[in-house]
Amino acid sequence: MSGFLSLIRRDIRLAWTGGGLWLPIIFYLAVATLYPFVVGPDRLLLARTGGGMLWIAALLASLLPIERLILPDREAGVLDQLALRGWSDEWLASAKIAGHIAAFGLPLLIATPIALVLMGVPDAKMATLFWGLALALPALAGLGVTIAALTAGLNGAAALGGLLLVPLAIPLLIFGAGTLGENPGNALQLLGATSLAMTALSPFAAGAALRAGRD
Amino acid sequence: MGGSQAITPSIRLGNAAIQRGGRLVLRDFTLVAERGEIVWIRGANGSGKSTLFRALAGLLPLAAGTRAVEGRIALTDDNSALDSEATLENSLRFWTRLDGASNTDLERALVSLDLVPLAELPVRLLSAGQRKRGSLARMIASGADIWLLDEPYNGLDQANVARLDDVLARHASSGGLALVASHIAPTVNVTRSIQLDMRARKAEA
Repeated sequence: MSGFLSLIRRDIRLAWTGGGLWLPIIFYLAVATLYPFVVGPDRLLLARTGGGMLWIAALLASLLPIERLILPDREAGVLDQLALRGWSDEWLASAKIAGHIAAFGLPLLIATPIALVLMGVPDAKMATLFWGLALALPALAGLGVTIAALTAGLNGAAALGGLLLVPLAIPLLIFGAGTLGENPGNALQLLGATSLAMTALSPFAAGAALRAGRD
Repeated sequence: MGGSQAITPSIRLGNAAIQRGGRLVLRDFTLVAERGEIVWIRGANGSGKSTLFRALAGLLPLAAGTRAVEGRIALTDDNSALDSEATLENSLRFWTRLDGASNTDLERALVSLDLVPLAELPVRLLSAGQRKRGSLARMIASGADIWLLDEPYNGLDQANVARLDDVLARHASSGGLALVASHIAPTVNVTRSIQLDMRARKAEA
């Protein structure tokens, strides 16, 4: 277990020093800043569409760190050395996902209040949006690590990652957008259930991808 | 240096066939190595030394045959597995912590390969030979019983080749086991050498 935590700590440190932590946040906030400029200062329009845009921004931001999640560790031999120490691929994937939640999900969530204000999201919907994103981010992190493991070392991995992530994230987006409607309670429950299922399954999917990628 | 006294390190492959990337690299290969041995795995470039080590380490499943390992394995190959932005010492400490090795073990490993002056440098500034010594230090500090060294002399200068030989000899004499894959003859006194058979591959081609 202490090894598990060591790997998470290391991944957070690498994201912090390697810039992988800031890039998605800056992108996310940049979208939130630019959107009102593009659609104009119509408060009603912003209030109606801002929340959905924020969901898309979060989804696209989760694409950015994918390339540095698995590939550098595979190339440096870190994955081999961990496997040699008896780490199962699923265990390793779990640690990677936990590290990614901490180094991507949490910072994004911390930036969300700022983004909510920039987008002109009405006060009444702010809490719903925040908690909706909080529910979805572990699943996005799990998907990110799974796709990183699947595409590590392939040509055009970044483009392929986008093609894979967007359809897989559709359930999250549908229920996430659902929370912005009249009755957010049900949608939040469905979002939570979907996110839980995806987060719980992703270590197995990512683990299988890691195993298949080892040669 | 090496392993705990409770177990007798040994490694066995029986009639193993090893595939890599869909290609049969070794066939009907048998290897037995016991405690106290330093075995030189000989072979030209591409003869399957690294593939054999990956199979011995359990990173590559055998296509056929049996594998039995007694004791903990450490592998040093071309990939240093050291974080390039961290200092050498911190980078190694991540691994020694996983291995349950103490700071004293790490200090001793750093001293044995003359790495103390480099300990505070970021790994990205190290030369290939220095990085190699870094990953060798991880192996030494790990306290593993079985050492798999894939081309350990690459990039090492003469003084450090002597240091590594010294460490290897001590590991073997304290009951450890080391397999050294090298395309040139190692300078350390090896117990015996094993030539990787090329014919198995030719027959397939």
